[in-house]
Amino acid sequence: MFYREAGDFNTSYPEDSQTFPIKFDRYRYYVVLAVAFLVIPFIINDYWANAVFVPFLIYAIAAIGLNILTGYCGQVSLGTGGFMAVGAYAVYKLMTSFPEVSMLIHVPLAGLITAGVVTVFGLPSLRIKGFYLAVATLAAQFFLVWLFNKVPWFYNYSASGQISSPERDVFGIIITGPNTEAWAKYVICLIFVTLAAVIARNLTRGSVGRKWMAIRDMDIAAEIIGVNPMMAKLTAFAVSGFFIGIAGALFFSVYLGAAEVGESFGIDKSFLVLFMVIIGGLGSIFGSFAGAAFMVLLPVLLKNVFVGFLGWPTDLAAHLQFIVAGGLIIVFLIMEPHGLAQLWRLAKEKLRLWPFPH
Amino acid sequence: MPEQLLFAMEVTLNGLMAGVLYALVALGFVLIFKASGIFNYAQGVMALFAALTLVGIMEGQIPFAHIINAIFGTELHHFGWHVPALLAIILTAGVMVLFAWLVQRYIFQHLVNQEPIILFMATIGLAYFLEGVGDLMWGSDIKKLDVGLPQGINDWIDVTTLEALGYGFFIDNLDISATVVAVFLVAALIIFSQYTKQGRALRAVADDHQAALSVGISLNFIWVLVWSIAGFVALVAGIMWGAKSGVQFSLSLIALKALPVLMLGGFTSIPGAIVGGLIIGVGEKLFEFAIGPLVGGATENWFAYVLALLFLVFRPQGLFGEKIIERV
Repeated sequence: MFYREAGDFNTSYPEDSQTFPIKFDRYRYYVVLAVAFLVIPFIINDYWANAVFVPFLIYAIAAIGLNILTGYCGQVSLGTGGFMAVGAYAVYKLMTSFPEVSMLIHVPLAGLITAGVVTVFGLPSLRIKGFYLAVATLAAQFFLVWLFNKVPWFYNYSASGQISSPERDVFGIIITGPNTEAWAKYVICLIFVTLAAVIARNLTRGSVGRKWMAIRDMDIAAEIIGVNPMMAKLTAFAVSGFFIGIAGALFFSVYLGAAEVGESFGIDKSFLVLFMVIIGGLGSIFGSFAGAAFMVLLPVLLKNVFVGFLGWPTDLAAHLQFIVAGGLIIVFLIMEPHGLAQLWRLAKEKLRLWPFPH
Repeated sequence: MPEQLLFAMEVTLNGLMAGVLYALVALGFVLIFKASGIFNYAQGVMALFAALTLVGIMEGQIPFAHIINAIFGTELHHFGWHVPALLAIILTAGVMVLFAWLVQRYIFQHLVNQEPIILFMATIGLAYFLEGVGDLMWGSDIKKLDVGLPQGINDWIDVTTLEALGYGFFIDNLDISATVVAVFLVAALIIFSQYTKQGRALRAVADDHQAALSVGISLNFIWVLVWSIAGFVALVAGIMWGAKSGVQFSLSLIALKALPVLMLGGFTSIPGAIVGGLIIGVGEKLFEFAIGPLVGGATENWFAYVLALLFLVFRPQGLFGEKIIERV
C-alpha cells in the first residue's frame, strides 16, 4: 500500500535511473534529510549530541568507508582503527600548521592523505587474499599506532604525547575545541555524512562499483571479463581510505577534542567498525547507517538499564555489556547473516504487498 | 667470543622460548581451522578463560559472586577450600569440553555452510561474550597463577655458560618447562591424529567434509572434539602465559600475536604453526635487540605482522600452507 511502483511512470532515462526509483522511497529520503537538517539541530542538547548523534554520524562515515572495501570489494580489513588515526593526525598537523585555512578544506585533505596511506597498505591485496589479507591489514593497524606514538613530530612534541584540537570556526561558528555548541558539532558531522553517503551511493551504482562487486564475487572471473583487478582493488582501498580518514579527522577534532592514539584508535575500533558493517549488512549504504546506529545505541541503552535502572555497580555493567554485545552479535549472525539491511529489504517487500499478501 | 655475539645468542635463545609459547596458541587456531574452516578469533580469550577458571577452582572462588552480591546484597566470595593443581587442571579441562559442546551445539551448528567471514565474525562475538563471562564469573582483577612450575633464572645454564664462555646466559626456568610441555603436547597431538581412530576421522573431516560424512563420520562429534582439543591447548597456553605474567585481560591479546605466526606458517599446517612461532619469536627479539634502540623501541608490537606481510608477498600461502589453486 505504501511502498509500490504502481502509477509512477518514468518518461526519461535520468528519471529511470535515479537513486530512489520508487516515489515512497524518495519522499522518505527527503523527510529524513529535512528532519536531520531542520528539526534535530534545534532540539539537540549536549548529552544527546555527545552520547548518540555525533558518534553515530562519525561511525556511519567510517562504516561506509569500510563497507566499500569489505562489502563491495570483498577485501576484509582489520586496520580501520589505524587508518582513522591517520586521518586524525593528518587533520591535527594541518590544523596546527595552517590555522587560517578552513576546516572544510582540512578535513577532506586529511581524507586524501589517508587515502594515500591506505592505498599503500592495500598493495599486498594484489597478492594476498581472504584471511591472509585480513591479518596483513593488522600490520597496518599496529605499525601506524606505534608510529604515531614514537615519532614526536606527529604530536607536535607535546609533553603528554596527546594531540588536542585547537579552536577553529567555519563562517564564524565554532566547530572544534571545548567551546563548541552541541548543534554545531552535530551539523558539521551531518554535512560530511550526507556528502559521504551521496558520493558512496553513486559510486557503488556506477561502473566503479560494478567492478568492485565483480572482484568481490570472483576476482579471476572478473579479470577474464576485462576488469583490471589492480585498479579495482586499489580504487576501493583509496575511496575507503578517504571516508575512513574523514571519519578519523572528525572523530578526533569534533568529537573527542583530545586523543591518545593507542586508546582512541586501537584494534578495538577496527573491530567495532567491522561489527557495524556486518550487523548493518555487507554491501549496503543503508546498512552502514543501521549498523552504526545499533553499535552506538547498544552500550548507551545497556548502561542506562543496568546502572541507571537496576542500580548495579559500573564494572558489573561493563562485563554484562560485553556479554550482551557478544551474544547479540552471535544471535544476529545466526538469525540474519545479511544484517539489518536485509531485514529492511524484507520489510519493503512485505510493504509492497500489504494489505493483500497474495 | 665478542660480547655482542653472546648477547645476540642469548636473545635468540629467549626468542625461541617465546616462539614456543606463540606456537602453542597458533596450534589451537590451526586445529579448528583445518577441521571446520572456522578462523577462531576467540582462541586467545579461551586461553584467558581457561586460566581464570583454573585459578578460580584452585582458590575455591564462588563463580558469579559479584553479580549474586549485587542482586541479593550478600557478601559471598570464597568457598574456603583449596584444590590441588592437578585436580583443578582436570576440572578446568572438563569445563573446556563443556564449553566446546555448548559452542558447537548453540552457535556453529546453526552456522554450517555460511561464508567464512560470517563464521569469523561469530568467533569475534564469542570472544566478547566469553571475555564478559570470564570477568563476571571470576572477577576482573589480576590474579597470580602458580601450579608448581619452577620459576626464575636457571642456575645450571647460568653457571655452565659462565664457565665455558665467560658470560652467563639468563634463561627462565618457566620458559624451559613451557618448551618441554609444548614438545610433549605436540607429540601427543601427532600421535593422536596419526594413530587413533578419532584422529583419523579428524583428518578425514579436515580433508573433505562431504566425503567424511558419506563414510559415516559424525561431523558434529568431530567438531566438538576439535573444539575440546583447542580448549585444552588454550588451557596449556593459559597456564604458561598466566604463570609468566599473571592472569589478566592482556592474556587474550596473545591471540593477536598468534596471527602472524599462522600467516607465516600457513593456516592449515601444524608444523607450520611451530616453525612460524619460532621464526616470529626469534625475529622480533633480535629485531628489537638490533634495530629497536635506533627507532625508539617497542617494535615487538608490529614487527611480527610486517615480517609476515613481507613474507606473504613472496609466498601467499605461507611456509607450509596448501598451495592455493584457483579456478573460475
